[in-house]
Amino acid sequence: MNIHKFYLNGLYILLDVNSGAVHVVDQMIFDMLDVFTGDNDAEVLAALSGRYDSRELTEALAELHELMAAQQLFAPALNVPPTFSDKPLVKSLCLHVAHDCNLRCHYCFAGTGDFGHSRGLMPKEIGEQAVDFIIANSGQRRNCELDFFGGEPLLNMETVKHVVSYVRRREQETGKVFKLTLTTNGVLLNDDAIQYLNENNISLVLSMDGRQEVHDHMRPYADGSGSFRDVATNVRKAIRSRNNQNYYLRGTFTAHNLDFAADVLAMADLGFTQLSVEPVVAKDCDYALEEEHLPVLFEQYEQLAVEYLNRKLHGPAFDFFHFNLDINNGPCVAKRLSGCGAGHEYFAVTPEGDLYPCHQFVGRDEYLLGNLAEGVTKKELPEQFRKAHVLNKPECRDCWARFYCSGGCHANAQLFNNRIDQPYKIGCELQKKRLECALMIQAKLALTANEQ
Amino acid sequence: MAKRITTVNKANLQNTVHTGGCGECQASCQSACKTSCTVGNQVCQK
Repeated sequence: MNIHKFYLNGLYILLDVNSGAVHVVDQMIFDMLDVFTGDNDAEVLAALSGRYDSRELTEALAELHELMAAQQLFAPALNVPPTFSDKPLVKSLCLHVAHDCNLRCHYCFAGTGDFGHSRGLMPKEIGEQAVDFIIANSGQRRNCELDFFGGEPLLNMETVKHVVSYVRRREQETGKVFKLTLTTNGVLLNDDAIQYLNENNISLVLSMDGRQEVHDHMRPYADGSGSFRDVATNVRKAIRSRNNQNYYLRGTFTAHNLDFAADVLAMADLGFTQLSVEPVVAKDCDYALEEEHLPVLFEQYEQLAVEYLNRKLHGPAFDFFHFNLDINNGPCVAKRLSGCGAGHEYFAVTPEGDLYPCHQFVGRDEYLLGNLAEGVTKKELPEQFRKAHVLNKPECRDCWARFYCSGGCHANAQLFNNRIDQPYKIGCELQKKRLECALMIQAKLALTANEQ
Repeated sequence: MAKRITTVNKANLQNTVHTGGCGECQASCQSACKTSCTVGNQVCQK
């Protein structure tokens, strides 16, 4: 599919897939594109002359041909670019500094922290080896990333602090620049931790699920009591202390809160502005998302998009990760193929130093890549992940969203289909709806800017 | 002059076929979501 058109929030929107051009059109053009394929003007006139004036149709066809000449409609297909090298460089690691957690979130893919294996903390030496691994495997690439992850990484601040010091020293020695993030449930975010994280320029990904009852239901302590009150207090303090910047508040919605737009807005109403709320990935349980939920979820995304836009234009504005589409200066084709990089540019490191394609693969033994001491020993796996891009996957090749989603999450594909080259269907459907919403928002914002 | 079509961006993916691939941009899963992969919202670092 080389174009995608849809009607949303009063706009007829046309996306030219291979160029990335976004057009707002009138209803006549929208209808013409049911028939128009680039070289069948007579057919378009014959099909639509009963509904529209022939002279106007002819004018409109001329406009469509102008777009084609500018390669903004039916632009040529994109092939794998020469800049997408066969040999990937590792630029990003997820450090599982603690396979343990102080919460018992029901949907946790980490199995409440231990990833199906024993609980444990990452020793400092493993952390150092991980930093050395990324330096050794990132080639000429300057920007590298480390995420302190768990379980709950604040349970192992000793290693976090040690690794941060080591990173800063190695940056001086190598010229690399590390962007550091820490993903936490917020329970242990006390004044000391907040001060340390701020002073060391560590971005925060903070877990909160929206409304208190929703959060407490899915994110209890080990004794079953809700964590919302503590988390909200700590998270608010942390975010204020960093001038409301350098963080994402990240939630999960499940079948228990299909009306998740209310959860996003609840967090916005608390004054948080950097938000990301994601569909749960789960199967065979009462909170799993099913295909029958899709119409409700689509409606929720649309409602959220309209309110998001309203607040963007009239305040108070907030950012929602999946609506932040950059339609002008988005990534190159090579990036759109490499996607999240799992398994070839991005690895997860367990407390023992084992390497997996990403944090979600940890504990899936057949995907163990190797370890820090020996490097990648299952060499065929990175190659498989590198090649599992949208131009190679049959279901992605013809999908209009292929250059935005980069083929979806490999871990989800493997979980549901037992292979990484067949995407997870519900994830795809939700992704496409989010993209339509994001395109509508960007189009409205651009039109509004033009009017001013 | 287009009457019926307003193009709202300047994107042309074709232009990046030969110029991209530096890899200096953020890993898309790492930045906020950790569960779903979206590259469209990444910003080119060049």
